[in-house]
Amino acid sequence: MRLVGSLAFSLAVLLGTAAHAQNPISVKIGVLSDMSSLYADISGPGSVVAAKMAVQDFNPAAHNMKVEIVSADHQNKPDVGSSIARQWFDVEHVDAIVDVPTSSVALAVADVTREKNKVFLISGAASSDLTGPKCSPNSVHWTYDTWMLANGTGKALVKTGGDSWFFITADYAFGHALERDTAAVVKANGGKVVGSVNVPLNNSDFSSFLLQAQQSKAKIIGLANAGGDTINSIKQGAEFGITAGGQNFAGLLVFISDVEALGLKTAQGLVLTSTWYWDMNDTNRAWAKRWQAERPGKFPTMVVAGSYAATLHYLKAVAALKSAADGKAVVDKMKQTPTDDPLFGKGEVRVDGTVTHPAYLFEVKSPAESKYPGDDFKLRATIPANEAFRPLKDDNCPLVNAAK
Amino acid sequence: MFQIFGVSSFALFGQLLIGLINGSFYALLSLGLAVIFGMLNIINFTHGAQYMMGAFAAYLMLQYLGIDYWLALLVVPILIAITGILIERLFLQHVRRLDHLYGLILTFGLALIIEGLFRNSFGSSGKPYQVPALLQGGHNLGFMFLPNYRAWVIAFSLVICFATWFAIERTRLGSYLRAATENPALVRAFGINVPRMITLTYGFGVGLAALAGVMAAPIYNVSPQMGSDLIIVVFAVVVIGGMGSILGAIITGFALGVIEGLTKVFFPEASSTVIFVIMAIVLLIRPAGLFGRAA
Repeated sequence: MRLVGSLAFSLAVLLGTAAHAQNPISVKIGVLSDMSSLYADISGPGSVVAAKMAVQDFNPAAHNMKVEIVSADHQNKPDVGSSIARQWFDVEHVDAIVDVPTSSVALAVADVTREKNKVFLISGAASSDLTGPKCSPNSVHWTYDTWMLANGTGKALVKTGGDSWFFITADYAFGHALERDTAAVVKANGGKVVGSVNVPLNNSDFSSFLLQAQQSKAKIIGLANAGGDTINSIKQGAEFGITAGGQNFAGLLVFISDVEALGLKTAQGLVLTSTWYWDMNDTNRAWAKRWQAERPGKFPTMVVAGSYAATLHYLKAVAALKSAADGKAVVDKMKQTPTDDPLFGKGEVRVDGTVTHPAYLFEVKSPAESKYPGDDFKLRATIPANEAFRPLKDDNCPLVNAAK
Repeated sequence: MFQIFGVSSFALFGQLLIGLINGSFYALLSLGLAVIFGMLNIINFTHGAQYMMGAFAAYLMLQYLGIDYWLALLVVPILIAITGILIERLFLQHVRRLDHLYGLILTFGLALIIEGLFRNSFGSSGKPYQVPALLQGGHNLGFMFLPNYRAWVIAFSLVICFATWFAIERTRLGSYLRAATENPALVRAFGINVPRMITLTYGFGVGLAALAGVMAAPIYNVSPQMGSDLIIVVFAVVVIGGMGSILGAIITGFALGVIEGLTKVFFPEASSTVIFVIMAIVLLIRPAGLFGRAA
């Protein structure tokens, strides 16, 4: 009887330790985005789907991990965004925040993330300050930034004769960064900037600003805005005969969702820079098809793809460290490990947090060239990874100097 | 050519004209709001959503039924007015006698629900809608390029505004309506069906919003949030003009369009706030609005 008792006891102890060893590492990822306003089709619910797909492809069970995805709407307001971030970190034990379109919100969230030593996986925000003067050891910036957009579209247009520019700029962090970076590229390539106008975010009528742009006689009207603002500028520009009058638009940040909203008839010929396009190869098409099962009738943007790739790389780093507790350590691990995912291919996370991969210069197809829904872009040039992003020496990122 | 504050007079004429065009949208939308408030005593926060529904209805008709802009201009307001009548019968008639706040919250909630439904079905980035073939292109006026469609917008909305003002202020039907607002019991004693008249008036106000929506479809992005972007400004217009004053809504709509247009030239960063600054000043000096009667 005693024997049976002690056997039972040791078995219980053994089982107990076994259960302890199998206690999975739990990771909570928060997708913070614009779920209901002008950027919702660019990222929003689509990014949540992408992050969930990344978790699925990572297969947490195989790594003894348990991953949960939560999401929230920051309404494009920095105060709302940072208070959600605080609540997530302090109360709900979120380990990493993904996406966050709208640079002003992303800058606020980056500060909170650094203070709490968590991880910020940026995909939706574009300001190059996030990896420049405001860079953080807790942030990784995927997909794109304003320097990259300026360098891609700006350079291509100046080189084909568009040497005088007028900017219509969204009056917040992102618009100002995009204008600044593009103006620098224009000037560096021998062009000049003849004027600019700052427009409040979410403006519906651009005719006043278009008229100012028309009177400036600039060859290129640079649209340093995004989403609904870009759509309205181009739509009304067509009406006011901008292109017929010999001027051209440079959509500095145009997503496939914007092209779909404009229709190819209005958008055709527009040159844009993007780091990902759903119809570029079989892998992307297959991924897009899976994504569309959750988002029928829509096409994934590069931001959505970036949320997927960032989440995947983050989970790999957590698996390697076997812990998500120390945010800076996870980001350091992400920087040490070369990136490799089905959508962006091989690349690296630089010391400033920028993820490098090739970028592409596309032109919007004409209605006659488009064979099926979403067949919107044709490739004009590929910008290799080492040229697509801002050189480290021009970063002004304190982390770069510290690493030297 | 002379200069005003560093802006050439030519540029200024262009901006004035553009201000008038935008003002015509403000006038058309605030007109509907003023009619509904003046006759029903309801602050119709669903107005922006109904404007958006008008634009979407035009898009859907063109896309799926091949109904062009001109027919949509006629059919859509009637269709959306019917949905408005349903809303009035189902919900609004029950809160009309209560404090303004109930109607406001009810219509605000409805607006959020309608916008949410559209966003769920169509996404947030919007749908394309082309300028009708007849009105494509434009004329060079020397000081600016005036798209034909914008010229049409300004002319058509002036006609609608005048017709509405005339119908309410100068016809027998309008006088019944105004009397019914003042003293419904007495008007009913004369054998007039007041509840039906009020329902139809709400439908008419909603129809005006939908009409503005159809007119906006070719120039603004047809997206679920197009109404909420505009409605706050339109409310400010109605408050400045004097709640419920038809003429006030029309004149203020055009005037504020011009003021906003000029702000876009001289201090563009403030263009989204200038109307509210004016509203604050007007409320301080004339709490009932420029054309309103003090209660």
